[in-house]
This record gives sequence, structure tokens and C-alpha cells, in this order.
Amino acid sequence: MKRALPDAALAMACRRGVIWFVAAALLALSGCATVRPSASQMAATTGPTAYKADPWERFNRAMFNFNEVVDVAVVKPLAMTYQAVVPRWARTGADNFFGNLGDLWSTANLVFQLKPKPALEMGMRVATNTVFGLLGVLDVAEEVGLERRSTEDFGQTLGRWGLNSGPYLVLPILGPSTLRDGAARVVDLKYSPGRIAFREPTDRTAATVLQVLNERGKLLNASRVLDDIALDKYIFVRDAYLARRRSLIYDGDPPDEPTPAGEAPSPAGNAAPTPVPEKK
Amino acid sequence: MFRRTLLAVTGLMIAGAAMVARAEPVAADVFVRTLSTEIIDVVKGDKAIQAGDLGRIRGLVDTKVMPFVNFDRMTAMSVGPQWRGATPDQRKRMLEEFKTLLVNTYSGALMQVKDQTVVVKPLRGGNGDGDVIVKSEVRGKGEPIQLDYRLEKAGEGWKIYDVNVGGFWVVEAYKGQFAKDLSTGGLDALIARLAEKNKANANGPKS
Repeated sequence: MKRALPDAALAMACRRGVIWFVAAALLALSGCATVRPSASQMAATTGPTAYKADPWERFNRAMFNFNEVVDVAVVKPLAMTYQAVVPRWARTGADNFFGNLGDLWSTANLVFQLKPKPALEMGMRVATNTVFGLLGVLDVAEEVGLERRSTEDFGQTLGRWGLNSGPYLVLPILGPSTLRDGAARVVDLKYSPGRIAFREPTDRTAATVLQVLNERGKLLNASRVLDDIALDKYIFVRDAYLARRRSLIYDGDPPDEPTPAGEAPSPAGNAAPTPVPEKK
Repeated sequence: MFRRTLLAVTGLMIAGAAMVARAEPVAADVFVRTLSTEIIDVVKGDKAIQAGDLGRIRGLVDTKVMPFVNFDRMTAMSVGPQWRGATPDQRKRMLEEFKTLLVNTYSGALMQVKDQTVVVKPLRGGNGDGDVIVKSEVRGKGEPIQLDYRLEKAGEGWKIYDVNVGGFWVVEAYKGQFAKDLSTGGLDALIARLAEKNKANANGPKS
């Protein structure tokens, strides 16, 4: 989900084009909130689930809970209303329209990632939908075999370039991310559909709101399933996010991690000594 | 986004999990293709399953999926080292609760099966002996969803022992979920937690 940041701040950050500045800012921000730099302290405060990719678990959990509250109170009800009130054809049209502009940004990222063939295909898709699909409202490209193969964002591009993801980071409202992906998000937002399509700030804001409702609406069923299967939703979302991002960067074929056979170290629990099993 | 992925696919992950390879030895990718197709066909033809009828889904899982899943291995891997020290009774209860939890997952996901198809990618490397990974993709509206399987040889056929949904292996997922309870209270604590979760799922209103 995307959200409009204050335009002035965003524009300034982007004009400089220095995402490292943003990275540093994010780092500082998270640092302030956690104020718990030492590793041993960290292990002590976050307990057995301490996990090396998530040194800021305390902060992240707080932010995660905050996001959940906002979602339940505001975003989800609005998304449900949107689904109930707006007819399906209009929602599909909006989804396609945003999707097409998203594809444009994906195309750019595929170019940055030096993947000529996918970039060309995605570019053809955007061209087809823009010209023959009423500026993207209709997804005619899909019918001629140019379906969307992937969604590429700037975080993936940085990953492709070899930049490590850095620690896991839950962003306000935007949700699961990492230091790298959070910083890259600023660039993504600059080229978000609302900003590409509209000039007036009010139009842009309206487009962003619509897009958020659209995206959240598509997740209504998924979030229900998530509630059903997760014992600890925070950890589930975190592990799934990190695994998925890794997979995306390697286009679904990441190099093998330690085999899962039997007792490979678990991502979360390996720090904890195994207590004596309680036998009856 | 991965949530949508997770959901749409979990349904098909069962789909990945069923079909009989009777007589002669069958290649792992062929096995997965047949199984996926069969499950999807069953779901498409069954209104009760699409409506989320838990009993029906359980029936489908028991008859079409479980025979081709090495659920013991899956559970053992998810639990980790403590599985070795578990009593037969603990193991039995753990298997039951874990299965209930996963079937619950399916119920939501199977309802999402509509016009998707599964495309299984040809096996790469290996002569098909021992453990293999079969990759597939669920194609429907929107971008394809990655769905991979880890399989082991079982007699003339194959058994699935791990599933990857959109980049996330199920065993890896539950290792992360189980770790905390296992380290603080051992297997009994975990079983209790799962039982509680399953009970909540069974009673709780689906929001």
C-alpha cells in the first residue's frame, strides 16, 4: 500500500536523489525508537525469538501493532465499503489503470536490472494497454499473451545490484519492509501511479487513497486466512515478507539455503537452548 | 501483497498434493501435474468446497492429499530437534493439531480457486531419484504465483514433504511459528497452543 508522504519533504529528498540520505534518516529514526544497541541486551529484551535479521524487533512489533489498529479501525472498513459500494467493473477499471502505471515503473526497474527481454515484454504490455486499453483501464495486453509476469520495485533493483536488505523494518502504515526496501520506497513513491497520472496535489492524494482501498480490498480474504494460520502473526508476516523478497530478487529461484532436512537451524528459534522434553 | 499470494495459492497447494501414480514409476513433475489438475478439478466441480464447507474440505484433504504427503516428516522438520525426544502420545497429538491447523488454511484458500491453472515446470537436472524440487506456477488473474514442492521417493511414487508458496516454505514458516513455545515450554506447550488456536478457529466468527 502506498501513502502520500508530505509532498515537500518527498520532493526534496528525491530531488537530491540520494537514497542513502533517506536510509540514514530511517536508521536514525529506528535507532531513536529502539535505543537498544547492544547485541546481548537485544537478546535479553527480545527473548527466545531474537533473530539476526530483526534486531529491531521491539520497535517493529510496536509499529506492527499500531498498523494493525489503524487497519482495523480505518483502512479495512473503508476498503470493505469501497468493495460494497463501487460496482465490480469500476473497481476492475481502477485496478487496471493503476496496474498499468505500476507496470511502467516495473519496466523502468527491469531496465535498471539489466533484464532486456522482460523489460521489453513489460514495455510492450504498457504500450498496448495505454494505446488500445483506454489508457490502461482495460487490460487488453493480457488477452494477447502479454500478461504481467512480475511486479518490480526499486528495492528489488537494489537487491539485484547486490545491496543487502539490512534489518527488517516495519514502516508506519506501509507495513513490512527492510532498511533497503524502506529507503527504496521513497523512490517508488515518487513514481507511484498517482504521481505519474496527476499533477494537482489533491488529485494525487485522491488517487493514492483510491489505490490504497483497491489494494487493501484485494487482501480482505488473505488477511482472514492469515489470522487463522498464524500462531504469532508478527513473526509469520516477517518471515513471509523476508522469504518473499528474497525469492523475488532471484526471480523465484533463490540459491539454496541450508537444506531443510531434519534439524537445520530455524530462522527464529536457533538461539534458544532446547529444554528437556517433558515426558509423561 | 504476499498475503494475497499466500491465500490464492494455499488453495492450490493442496491442489499440488493429490493424484495417484499407480503402476509404473512416474517422474516427479508429472506426478505434481496430475495431482494439481485433479485437485483443481474437484474443487471447481464442488460448490460446497468453494463455499468453505470444512467437513468437505477435510474429506478432500484426507482422500486426495494426505496419501501423497509425508506429514510425519513435515511435522518433524517443523518441530526440529525436540521431535526426537517426543513420546508417541505427544507425536500423535502434535500431528493431529498441526494437521487441523493446516486444513484450516486450506479451507480459506480453496474458496479462492476459480479459473486458475497450474503450470508445472520441467524437472531440471537429477535423474529423479531421491529428493527433488518441482516448481510450478499458478496462473490466473494477475501475476502468476510461485508454488514449489519438495518431494521424496516413496516406492514407485512420490510424497510431498514441503511446499513453497510465493517464496515461503511451509516448514520454514512453522519453524518460525513454533520456536517460541518450544523453547519456553517444550512440545506440550506448543501442542496446547495449537489446540487453543484450532478451537478459536472452529468457534470464532470469521471476520
